[in-house]
Amino acid sequence: MTVQLHNITLTLGAMNFSVDITLPGMITTILGQSGSGKTTLLEIIAGLRRPETGFIKINDVILTDVANKLHVPPEKRNIGYVPQDLALLPHLSVRRNLLYGARQCDPAYYHSIVELLEIEPLLDRRTTMLSGGEKQRVAYARAALTRPKLLLLDEPMANLHQSIKDKILPCLFQMCREFSIPLLYVTHDPSEIAGHSDQVMVMKNGTNSTDRSYLAD
Amino acid sequence: MDSEAWLIIRFTLGMAALSTLLVTPIGTVTAWLLAKKRWPGKSLVETLIFLPLVIPPVATGLLLLKVFSRNGLLGGFLTKQLGLEVIFTWRAVVIAMVVMAFPLFVRTARVAFEAVPVRLEQVGRTLGASPLRVWFTITLPLARNGILAGMVMGFARALGEFGATILVAGNIPGKTTTIAVVIYNNIQLGQDEIALMYVLVSIIIAFICTWVGEYLCRRP
Repeated sequence: MTVQLHNITLTLGAMNFSVDITLPGMITTILGQSGSGKTTLLEIIAGLRRPETGFIKINDVILTDVANKLHVPPEKRNIGYVPQDLALLPHLSVRRNLLYGARQCDPAYYHSIVELLEIEPLLDRRTTMLSGGEKQRVAYARAALTRPKLLLLDEPMANLHQSIKDKILPCLFQMCREFSIPLLYVTHDPSEIAGHSDQVMVMKNGTNSTDRSYLAD
Repeated sequence: MDSEAWLIIRFTLGMAALSTLLVTPIGTVTAWLLAKKRWPGKSLVETLIFLPLVIPPVATGLLLLKVFSRNGLLGGFLTKQLGLEVIFTWRAVVIAMVVMAFPLFVRTARVAFEAVPVRLEQVGRTLGASPLRVWFTITLPLARNGILAGMVMGFARALGEFGATILVAGNIPGKTTTIAVVIYNNIQLGQDEIALMYVLVSIIIAFICTWVGEYLCRRP
């Protein structure tokens, strides 16, 4: 899997967002401090924001090409997106959240994901009644059930206790490897994904930086 | 209460219910457009919508009279093309109620739409839902309480409508007389006891509507 972001620019208030990078590999970590443009990058890839210039390609499929006025809408990109607040639908049960984007999902695949992430006992509960760790697992499962060609996770472990992280992260990586789901994982904590990531991209002041000093901090 | 009183109460409730039904779909879309979209002329439209809340109701009534009279812009068309009389009929009562209830409904529903997190709608899109499906399955259900509260408040406002109604629909017993109009009429005739009976009915209905509206607004 290769994600190509060519000359992507966007002006956001005082920040000039500018990214030009090719990301091969299954699991990519995007590191950077708050306000460095990590979330904006994911939103652009997911089609939730339109860049001012450049194009985005996943493998050989163009998703955005500003010069040719091409913008594939988010619902047609088949890119899973789990924001930091997880965005579980509060008015629906866990089961209906899972099936929201997977109405024609293969039952065997559905059961594999539900089993792997240990969601079975939660299916009939409201998402507002779940613990932090349970919400995380439901959010990953919901995104994975759409069989995305790329999964974007925005600081998924922020605000979680280390013991919960230690339990959830292995499940997440196992899910991505077992079902061949490429992953872009945004975090400001390099230790979260150590040993799992194929490559690391560092964001600084809205641009992809070659400065790796952030990793050493 | 005599049969005439029941007739007036039933007529008023019926007209207010009909006006609420007419306000709800248009008001819901308007509230959503104001809450979630940016478009040229938005603040102008917004001001026009909320104008009936602040100008004297009789002024609104006079404008409606000009627009819906036989020589008016819409009244002329309705009379000549469709054979529909508006002024001094039940239709005028409904129009007056709609115009007065609309801003209150939009105001309440708009707050509800603004409270729906954009992030939920965005994630709905990334899960493969079209904008229309997101609207019906995420935006609308999450704004439901506010819309219901808007309906209740709009209904209550329609029930109490007087100034515009008296100008465009008049006071024709059995045809256009509403609770508010009959209260005014009885005071004019010095029949304060009858007027107070209608006032009591108004208070009971308004109390129930306000209580239900508040409950719906606060419900999670």
